Amino acid sequence: MADAPQIPDEAAVRAQWGDFAFTSANMARAKELISHYPEGRQASAVLGLLDLAQRQVGEQTNTQGWLPVPVIEYVAQQLDMPYMRVYEVVTFFGMFNMVPVGRFHVQVCGTTPCMLRGSDDLLETCYKRGMKKRATTADGLFTLSEIECIGNCASGAVVQINDDNYEDLTAERLDYILDELAAGRQPKTGTQEPGRHTVEPVGEPTNLAAMMTENHDYRGEW
Amino acid sequence: MADATTPSAPPAFVGPLADKDRIFTNLYGYQPWNLDAARKRGDWDETKKLLELGQDQIIDTMKASGLRGRGGAGFPTGMKWSFMPKESRDGRPSFLVINADESEPGSCKDREIIRHDPHKLIEGALVAGFAMRARAAYIYIRGEYIQEAKVLEAAINEAYAAGLIGKNACKSGYDFDVFVHRGAGAYICGEETAMIESLEGKKGQPRLKPPFPAGAGLYGCPTTVNNVESIAVAPTILRRGAAWFAGFGRENNKGTKLFQISGHVNRPCVVEESMSIPFRELIERHCGGIRGGWDNLLAVIPGGSSVPLVPAAEIMDAPMDFDGLRAVGSGLGTAGVIVMDKSTDIVRAIARLSYFYKHESCGQCTPCREGTGWMWRVMERLVRGDAEVEEIDMLLQVTKQVEGHTICALGDAAAWPIQGLIRHFRPEIERRIAVKRGDAPMMEAAE
Repeated sequence: MADAPQIPDEAAVRAQWGDFAFTSANMARAKELISHYPEGRQASAVLGLLDLAQRQVGEQTNTQGWLPVPVIEYVAQQLDMPYMRVYEVVTFFGMFNMVPVGRFHVQVCGTTPCMLRGSDDLLETCYKRGMKKRATTADGLFTLSEIECIGNCASGAVVQINDDNYEDLTAERLDYILDELAAGRQPKTGTQEPGRHTVEPVGEPTNLAAMMTENHDYRGEW
Repeated sequence: MADATTPSAPPAFVGPLADKDRIFTNLYGYQPWNLDAARKRGDWDETKKLLELGQDQIIDTMKASGLRGRGGAGFPTGMKWSFMPKESRDGRPSFLVINADESEPGSCKDREIIRHDPHKLIEGALVAGFAMRARAAYIYIRGEYIQEAKVLEAAINEAYAAGLIGKNACKSGYDFDVFVHRGAGAYICGEETAMIESLEGKKGQPRLKPPFPAGAGLYGCPTTVNNVESIAVAPTILRRGAAWFAGFGRENNKGTKLFQISGHVNRPCVVEESMSIPFRELIERHCGGIRGGWDNLLAVIPGGSSVPLVPAAEIMDAPMDFDGLRAVGSGLGTAGVIVMDKSTDIVRAIARLSYFYKHESCGQCTPCREGTGWMWRVMERLVRGDAEVEEIDMLLQVTKQVEGHTICALGDAAAWPIQGLIRHFRPEIERRIAVKRGDAPMMEAAE
């Protein structure tokens, strides 16, 4: 595929990541995750350890991280798994990056519920800013991906950027968020609809109005 | 609206639901999710007494409540629990796996439970795990729910610290652990055996059944996989009684249900309502009506992307439940209701779902791996009208060759939306082909 991302040169990757090891905090977390599974079933923690590894690579490169081959080898070693078993997991799951990404991974949900709420406009907004799908901008700030349904359908259109979701988006609202992030500021996460709290119907409440003002206990009305 | 009950029986309650009868009172997160706040709302209230009912009584109550699984298939929950072995003859432990891999387009209810009412889920895990004699519960949460997983883990830590789970959970003498297992972005892991594979550290590819998970599931041990909502409603059903829960909805379609309405309504939302509430009532009451009015409604996908669409005229007065939606050629699924008005490019809307299934096919079974890509490519041409009229029937035939010929239901799920489109919108597809060929005058989008 001509537009597929270029996998970095292997020798250079090995030189940079050949001595990768978990930080002590990540090692402690890795051990905790492994302890969630029965003795001898440590392979169950593979998704958790790969996530930790990708995040650590991200921290060390000031990006959202990716999984170079030596890092995958390290995870396989930690779990006493053959490299290929871990590699096939990496390729199977969409959240593992096989190539480097930018500081902000802008993931626009393009599946039908968000499409009905204007995800085309959101992608257009990204294109106008010089972003391209599966590519990182020259300044290293933004990587754009179109992703499949992210489960925020009642507050679509939605974009996930790094660990946060921005919901009820329009082209203008997304532009603002990207401006803020580029300027080093953290915009409000969640819904961007003025007056909306989460996924309740906007405006006059249709249910659970008492909960808006107090932690109401309905048991007295049973 | 046909009712299966005898003429002398009172009509089924089909909404609107009163606030006092809502299970998820913190659905919108106006109040904190933490243990203190959850306890004040009634969670973890003498859970020990619920466990003292005993395994058989808990399962009987769940059966009597009429609860059907909330993950899409609608299998009776109590019956599912009863399939688990009552004793381990060979020392194998049993496991409860909770499916929080909510990835079906249109579905966004489990997210609200997890981030705003996590203690309902954790308490439900204990009660359900106890009833099926499980040693532990693994909650498999989709990887993209990053903040939600943080809340869930923090809530589990609170529950451990308070002695509610872990050794001697709730001072019941029963030991029970609850763990969060984060996925990493694969829709197929919502299929129960793919989920088990992924929990074991492998690629999430579904297993052949039999053996069924209740016989040999996680690590080869007896396992039950339940949806988040099915588990989270269990403690309230036990507290209020099976008759209370069975008092909502029509026969065979009991209880309250989280509906998730997206797309072209004035106020999209997630809301708990009575099962069997008529579509029109649901939309009018909670969603402020259809964008542009009821005359502007084109079609609805009533149960998440895997079920066929239903044209406006047929859905308007349909009861939103398993049987009511089956009667209009669709299904309740997860109750993820995707509403499309007349501005929708209906062929493209379904083609986008075809892309979704192509993207998410795990690649194990040839009909699905090859078929989803094939169907998507034809759908893309149909969007543009760049096809021959005969290809519509060829596409329909291919959907039939994929449907039912794969290990899991993803092949079916990819086939049904296309079948629904051709069933109800064949003239629109033909019109596009005619326009492209220059046989017909261009006209305003008539869909």
